[in-house]
Amino acid sequence: MAYVLEYDEDLLIEEQGFDDHFHEHHHGDKYQSSFINTYIFSMDHKMIAKQFLITGIFWAIIGAAMSIVFRLQLGFPEENLAWLQPLLGKWITVNDSGIGTLDPQFYYALVTMHGTILVFFVLTAGLSGTFSNLLIPLQLGARDMASPMLNMLSYWFFFMAGLVMFLSLFLSTGPFAGGWTGYPPLSALPQASSGSGAGMTMWIVSLVLFVVSVLLGGINYITTVLNLRTKGMTMWRMPLTIWAFFVTAILGLLSFPVLASAFFLMMCDRGLGTSFYLSEIFIGGAPLDNVGGSPILYQHLFWFLGHPEVYIIILPAMGLVSEVMSVHARKPIFGYKAMVFSILAIGFLSFIVWAHHMFMSGVNPFIANFFVIFTLIIAVPSAVKVFNWIATLYGGNIRFTSAMLFSIGFVSMFISGGLTGIFLGNSTIDIQMHDTYFVVAHFHIVMGIAAFFGMYAGVYHWYPKMFGRFMNETLGKIHFWGTMIGAYAIFWPMHYLGLAGVPRRYYKFDTFDAFAHFGDMNKFITIAAIVVFFLQILFVINFFYSIFKGRKMKTKNPWGATTLEWTTPVEGIHGNWPGNLPSVHRWAYDYGKDGIEFIPQYVPINENESEEH
Amino acid sequence: MATETVVKEHDHHDTNDGGAWDGGKQPFAVSYGKLMMWYFLLSDAFTFAGFLIAYGTLRFSSATWPVPDFVFSTTPFGGHGLPLIFVTFMSFLLIISSVTMVRGVQEGHRENKRGVVFWMFLTIIGGIGFLSCQAWEWNNLINVEHMTVTVNPFGTHTESGTYLEGDDHDINAGDTFAAGDSYLIHQHDGEFHPLKYKTEEGIEKQQEFGPKAFGALFFFITGFHGFHVLSGVVFLIIIMINAASGLYVERKNGYEMVEKVGLYWHFVDLVWVFVFLVFYLL
Repeated sequence: MAYVLEYDEDLLIEEQGFDDHFHEHHHGDKYQSSFINTYIFSMDHKMIAKQFLITGIFWAIIGAAMSIVFRLQLGFPEENLAWLQPLLGKWITVNDSGIGTLDPQFYYALVTMHGTILVFFVLTAGLSGTFSNLLIPLQLGARDMASPMLNMLSYWFFFMAGLVMFLSLFLSTGPFAGGWTGYPPLSALPQASSGSGAGMTMWIVSLVLFVVSVLLGGINYITTVLNLRTKGMTMWRMPLTIWAFFVTAILGLLSFPVLASAFFLMMCDRGLGTSFYLSEIFIGGAPLDNVGGSPILYQHLFWFLGHPEVYIIILPAMGLVSEVMSVHARKPIFGYKAMVFSILAIGFLSFIVWAHHMFMSGVNPFIANFFVIFTLIIAVPSAVKVFNWIATLYGGNIRFTSAMLFSIGFVSMFISGGLTGIFLGNSTIDIQMHDTYFVVAHFHIVMGIAAFFGMYAGVYHWYPKMFGRFMNETLGKIHFWGTMIGAYAIFWPMHYLGLAGVPRRYYKFDTFDAFAHFGDMNKFITIAAIVVFFLQILFVINFFYSIFKGRKMKTKNPWGATTLEWTTPVEGIHGNWPGNLPSVHRWAYDYGKDGIEFIPQYVPINENESEEH
Repeated sequence: MATETVVKEHDHHDTNDGGAWDGGKQPFAVSYGKLMMWYFLLSDAFTFAGFLIAYGTLRFSSATWPVPDFVFSTTPFGGHGLPLIFVTFMSFLLIISSVTMVRGVQEGHRENKRGVVFWMFLTIIGGIGFLSCQAWEWNNLINVEHMTVTVNPFGTHTESGTYLEGDDHDINAGDTFAAGDSYLIHQHDGEFHPLKYKTEEGIEKQQEFGPKAFGALFFFITGFHGFHVLSGVVFLIIIMINAASGLYVERKNGYEMVEKVGLYWHFVDLVWVFVFLVFYLL
């Protein structure tokens, strides 16, 4: 029998709240006075969050569509692709008998762009950009980000990065085709392949703009979390979402500058004839006079970003999942402090494991041992988190909403993908596994699908906060079950391909007798990928339909959550709270305490209340 | 369903009230702007760290490396054989400009507008002086000694021997040298002329160019640092004009902008210490 706490929320915030003198100032015409500064050059964090999300969705559709094209090639290499010619133009070559085939060079471009777009534009900007912007001020009780101006610039640098990358898709020589990691010499020599010229130039310009965007965003998120918590919001009372975004921003702040260093040196190699990454290269049989550089140096600089980057992707998803899971299980998150320390431990360890991406690049085996050990140690905080999620579910009064389903799905994916990570973290096993479909399966499950599930959980859960309406639950559940089953159908078989040694990034396998019997498996994977793709389109339709026609949110706090974002007006206003800021008296997870269903953070501690959480 | 009413008076259990980290306060007692500057500098430090790591990697994979005492031994007005004298002057100028910056910030705390403008002006002079020195150094290396990002005429002998011919500068035919000695391959009429020499075993060889990475790294890293100094000078000028116009008096925040640009300026100084260390001392 649950008690329900009875109080007047508005009165409580007004009387107990924290007056920051916000409404005494006039905020000028910078905010929401015209269409341009409301919807386009907005400095309001809630609008910037929506901009990040919708731009992320745009890129996700493009990135996913690319994967369908190259999956068609892999699943049906002999099939006629002439019907794609209206879309892809000269990249489909049609022979005399009318059979269209995908240009091999463009296949590499598609694989490269798919990786770049999904990693940077969708799962970094679209995930962390959206939810850090939306939730940091709202859950901390802040009026906005520390610097709304830099926040706006962060989005527009991302937009420009996207624009440059988008335009590169239409170059006559094609976009960059040397793999999303941009390893030299393919990336450093404009003559190395057709995508290495203008395509690579635009790729690198785009990503430098993207680094600027991440840094502007990250500096803002960190400063906001440290400086703008409302009265009573101690660090130990912050929801796990905020902890995750905070550590994510720190990782970005420390790792993206190193990527920028790598790119600046690369630009010199490309433009000025230096040899930072080049040595003893022959093109067309002729030696180049670049000597003394090291391609491995680029790999070190790149993966010093690249490994923290995978945690930049997954930590926000973990934070969102923790929050959604606690709300919909009506239970406090299990082991709050352990969760926080796990996030911090993962963040720290992510900086000292980068060379596990380079075991086969000729790294000294003794040094590889160091990286193996730290890589395997990451399993400890990861497992702590997994057990805590499961313990949170245990005995919970679970509401199987779409958001909750995706959270549970996240845990499933994270376990499956995490286990194969232990295989790959061993430098000896990596001799067989590296650059095979095993790697593809591993990282797609653990940071692709899992991060997407976290993002979907966040979108379904906070959609009412963003748009004042709900998404359609039935479509949401179809979306979840289809994607859950479909994602495993795509990536589970890839483990077998990888174990057999099938290399990734190959255009076709017709010259490899050893892989001939995988033809049907590749067909199956491709069909599953197409089905999953259309399920995501269903989500997009649901998303945009619900903005205009979704069920309206009538109450401020539809999920019965304890955190502060659900105390702001439904319509969302500049400055977030109409009067005083709420002041905080408890942690974010008082669900079922003393038999009371939930106690929001702004409710003062009752004299008779029990001590423990 | 039982109900419970919340006590509305102030809550006594909340003993944390008042701590620096308890919310509603700035835990380091610094404004968001200053905090952001610190985080920006932290990220910038990682960028420079990336470059210096690249420097270390390439230097230690090269067979030889030019000796700084030999490379940087010229000064304006025809000074030769004066190792590191000019760069010492340059570094001194930059460090003095940090001292004047500190005085500017101090005058800001004292709300003394004239003092702020005066000391910032001296800082700008120091910054411009440093950049001018750098321009001279680059010009000397590129146009006089003919080092570029792809060609490095500063070599190091790996064995001892005797020159068979002389250049018109410091080396005459018959001069002997030992392993580890430095040389500069001179240009005549636009062509490099590596000198022929004979090793102790009697084998005839000619001077080889130094590692390419030296020139590329030198111009890239000192250039990137110089770009930071240049941006710093531009920010200093803007903020000095703002200070002179009385804008910061109106804002009543103790010339915080001066302090922020001061942080940036000291950072640029600090980075120079590391650049100086790796290129000129080691």
